[in-house]
Amino acid sequence: MKAKTLKAGERIGPRQQHHWDWRAASNFIAGGAGGGLLAFAALASLAGIDVRALLLGGMALIGAGLTCVWFEIGKPWRALNVYRHLATSWMTREAAVAPLVFGCGALALLTGHSLFVLLTGVFGAAFVYAQARILSADKGIPAWRHPRCRPMLVATGFAEGAALVAVASPFVMTSAAGQLGVAAVTLGLLLVRVLAWRSYLAGLRADGAPEGSLRALAAVDGPFLKFGNLLAAALLLLAALGAPLAGLALIPAGLLAVGGGWLVKYTLVRRAAFTQGFALPHLPVRGRGPAGAAVKPGWGGAN
Amino acid sequence: MTRYVMAIDLRRCVGCQTCTAACKNANATPPGVQWRRVLDIESGEFPDVRRSFVPISCMHCDEPPCEEVCPTTATKKRADGLVTIDYDTCIGCANCVMACPYEARSIVHEAKFAYGDTPIKSEAVRFDAARISVSMKCTFCVDRIDEAARTGQVPGRDPDVTPACVNSCISGAMSFGDLDDPTSNVSRLLAETQSFRMHEELGTGPGVYYIWDKG
Ligand code: SF4
Ligand code: SF4
Repeated sequence: MKAKTLKAGERIGPRQQHHWDWRAASNFIAGGAGGGLLAFAALASLAGIDVRALLLGGMALIGAGLTCVWFEIGKPWRALNVYRHLATSWMTREAAVAPLVFGCGALALLTGHSLFVLLTGVFGAAFVYAQARILSADKGIPAWRHPRCRPMLVATGFAEGAALVAVASPFVMTSAAGQLGVAAVTLGLLLVRVLAWRSYLAGLRADGAPEGSLRALAAVDGPFLKFGNLLAAALLLLAALGAPLAGLALIPAGLLAVGGGWLVKYTLVRRAAFTQGFALPHLPVRGRGPAGAAVKPGWGGAN
Repeated sequence: MTRYVMAIDLRRCVGCQTCTAACKNANATPPGVQWRRVLDIESGEFPDVRRSFVPISCMHCDEPPCEEVCPTTATKKRADGLVTIDYDTCIGCANCVMACPYEARSIVHEAKFAYGDTPIKSEAVRFDAARISVSMKCTFCVDRIDEAARTGQVPGRDPDVTPACVNSCISGAMSFGDLDDPTSNVSRLLAETQSFRMHEELGTGPGVYYIWDKG
């Protein structure tokens, strides 16, 4: 008789998490892009560009993400409790950065003072970082806690921020040199993002991860690379050729780059978020027999 | 110091789920939520096939990642090792659910009972509206443990102050007690046998030990 491998029963291997739905994902999608936008708007302001519209856009994105989270939590009227655990919780720290973003952003809009613009950018960057730390602290989801997930999330947040500046640049900056600068910075960040993404995928495969996570991430690998990065990069290069192509190419290039980042973050939070599952390093000895081999159902990669 | 832990002898567990039922009765967990469940694992290749039963619950970790990520301090570790949730502080953000590598936590958003909209008697007695839309999990029957301080009884030795699942186990597979007391049942048992903790490599220091062979 042919040997038959028996599968572990239900609910033993990793399972897709269902507690954080599209609302939680939206916070990482919009908040990360918004924080990145604030950071790059602040940088653009150093070149003497009026970035008030960009600041407004960044704050709106962060605000939209946080509103989605507010609808997701079970007891929204207790939301202020979120400020209680600054000592270790990155969710508290993210929440603590938000009023600084909005406060400084409002002052920047009202006064136009460069200090407030720069501070808003710094807090926007801090927001991106805090979000990445929220996911990496969640030990129950192996695809999030992997050490290469955090740099990948930060890289895409900043790439999306620069890409949004690219989208806006035909409207907020007239100089060809400025637009060329934006295209070059975005291009550089896309490269960093692709490297971080590939390194993350390779790390997950090498270190082992739930098969469901590997499958979900592999499914977006192609579209993300082709459309979110390669096509976007090609359009940015086209923009580098200068006017009149610059303005025409920067907008779709930026949108594609942002869309790619959003696809990856949505996948990460919703589709690739599989739990640890259960594993036994030793099966129990029954009677006089020896112990059985270790079991770890539902895991792929090297582990 | 005191460190309450559970030792579960996998050689003895027969997968009868009595502990699951005892927990449901003691804590009136809603349908679909089990603070204690028993995994039924079939593994191997014919003809060398194994079936193992593994009771799981909150592990009351030494370094609970659920506590670290909780933004509200609703989740806390007590000095005796028990990890608790303050239902009045929790906002139901589910960050702890994501942080727990043992799938120990649940959140339900509406009151549900075993047989429709009305609770049966035991559910009515123990129903706690404060648990709706917040995080919940096995407490190691913390109310019983706390009772011990008042009555002078010893958790793990006296049934009144011992978790319901441990009391109920028909094969005596479960023990509970103070790991820091060398004379406790668990300490002696763990000294005499070989045990492991689930996902030890994650550094959470679970407070549930699985005995798989003798020492
Ligand atoms: S098992 Fe999960 S819920 Fe329980 S203490 Fe550990 S991390 Fe927290
Ligand atoms: S659901 Fe409650 S206990 Fe869990 S992390 Fe959020 S506030 Fe803390």
